[in-house]
Amino acid sequence: MKQRLDRDGMAKRAAQELKPGDYVNLGFGIPNLCPPYAHEDVVFQTENGAIGYGPLVSADESEKADFHYHDAIGRFWVPAPGMACFDVVTSFCMIRSGRMIAILGGLEVSEKGDLANWSTGGEFGGTIGGAMDLAYGSKSVIVTMEHTTRDGKTRIVKECSYPLTRRECVDMIITDIAVIDVTPDGLVLREVAPGWTAEEVQGLTGARLTPAPDLKEIAV
Amino acid sequence: MINKIVGSFDEAVADIPDGAVIGMDSWAIAATPQNLIAALKRKGVRDITVVTHCFIPMIFGEDKAVMPAVLLPQMKKLITPVVGIRHLGGVAFVQEYIDKGLEVDQTTIGTLSYRLFAGAARFGGFYNPVGVGTVVEEGKEKRVIDGEEYILEKPVRLDYAFVSAHKADRLGNLVYKGVFRGDGPVMAMGAKVTIAEVDEIVEVGEIDAECVITAGIFVDRVVEIPEDGLATKKRLSELIEELHNIEPARKLMFG
Repeated sequence: MKQRLDRDGMAKRAAQELKPGDYVNLGFGIPNLCPPYAHEDVVFQTENGAIGYGPLVSADESEKADFHYHDAIGRFWVPAPGMACFDVVTSFCMIRSGRMIAILGGLEVSEKGDLANWSTGGEFGGTIGGAMDLAYGSKSVIVTMEHTTRDGKTRIVKECSYPLTRRECVDMIITDIAVIDVTPDGLVLREVAPGWTAEEVQGLTGARLTPAPDLKEIAV
Repeated sequence: MINKIVGSFDEAVADIPDGAVIGMDSWAIAATPQNLIAALKRKGVRDITVVTHCFIPMIFGEDKAVMPAVLLPQMKKLITPVVGIRHLGGVAFVQEYIDKGLEVDQTTIGTLSYRLFAGAARFGGFYNPVGVGTVVEEGKEKRVIDGEEYILEKPVRLDYAFVSAHKADRLGNLVYKGVFRGDGPVMAMGAKVTIAEVDEIVEVGEIDAECVITAGIFVDRVVEIPEDGLATKKRLSELIEELHNIEPARKLMFG
């Protein structure tokens, strides 16, 4: 039977890409779900000014929550030994320095690795945030997103139709049905969700996928 | 004797004229100089430019927590990377003002910080690699330097900076706490007049010189947050309890 990864499943798969000692910034949405699944020596940075912070605070332990300690989208965490706090000028020197891995949400990714993730267009775009900085300055960019929109439209396309975040910046795409590498020769299908064939994934994809010789099933 | 301590927030903002460009960092509640923003609203200046990281609708009642959005009727221009977020209704809260002529200068978070730094360091502008090939480059000079494309970004120069710090002394030396630092330090360096609201004023010498984040030279006025002020420890704890009753915010803020 065909399975699709849920949001936590995608976050788990993304967390497998992180090694002890990696510095990582997480985007809004699925990426934010990664920390519990990552190795304890993965170091998370939040662009509002902290690195090496501790676990997130859940709603039933709100006595631990403090507005001095939350990430860029407002999720509370607890301070941890070895954590550093800094201003935003310093924060974006980290982000632009090539020292960090960015796991970002996506609306569309093109076959060349162009990313659109901040606006669905319209006269007034909305929130640019820090995604353009992250897409520019990270050592690698992993995008997590559902493979298709709610009405079944593919998010992996020849050319992005939404306003771009950055051209040619994505290294890997993790969706609910596939893991795809962006290479100079195009998109390489590395893994498929349990029960899916490469052809079925291709059928939901707007750009050509080359199945890897060692194509595997996603294991999370 | 140098003494930058001012007795009230109203006194601290009394000289701010119509049309002033004011930096007031905000990441929702964090880093937000709530008391100074509330005083500025009471004063009723017009046609101001607000520079901030996070411009989102009010989450709590104005009597509980104040964010830059309370100034919308007084604003001519907004410089920010974040105009609303999807989970809190997107840009709807600002649309009416845009329709009435509010100018919005959208930038990336990093770029805003460096535009503020450029203002502080008196740069005429800088060539920025972030935003190339996106809407951010529209209308801006582009240049290739050593094979890489850049966009000319102009500095943001502040008339006033509102800063939210943890401790200060009467000389204006500041230390911050957690993610309340934000762009406080760079806004303080760049503004003609910097006003800090702080949790606690301490004696000169109590702040270790190695731990001063913003040196007093950058700070003109310091106001201690009174017990009945906004953003006190007690108020902030009450807000956290109240989050449980505000569904979109609760979902956003608890992991």
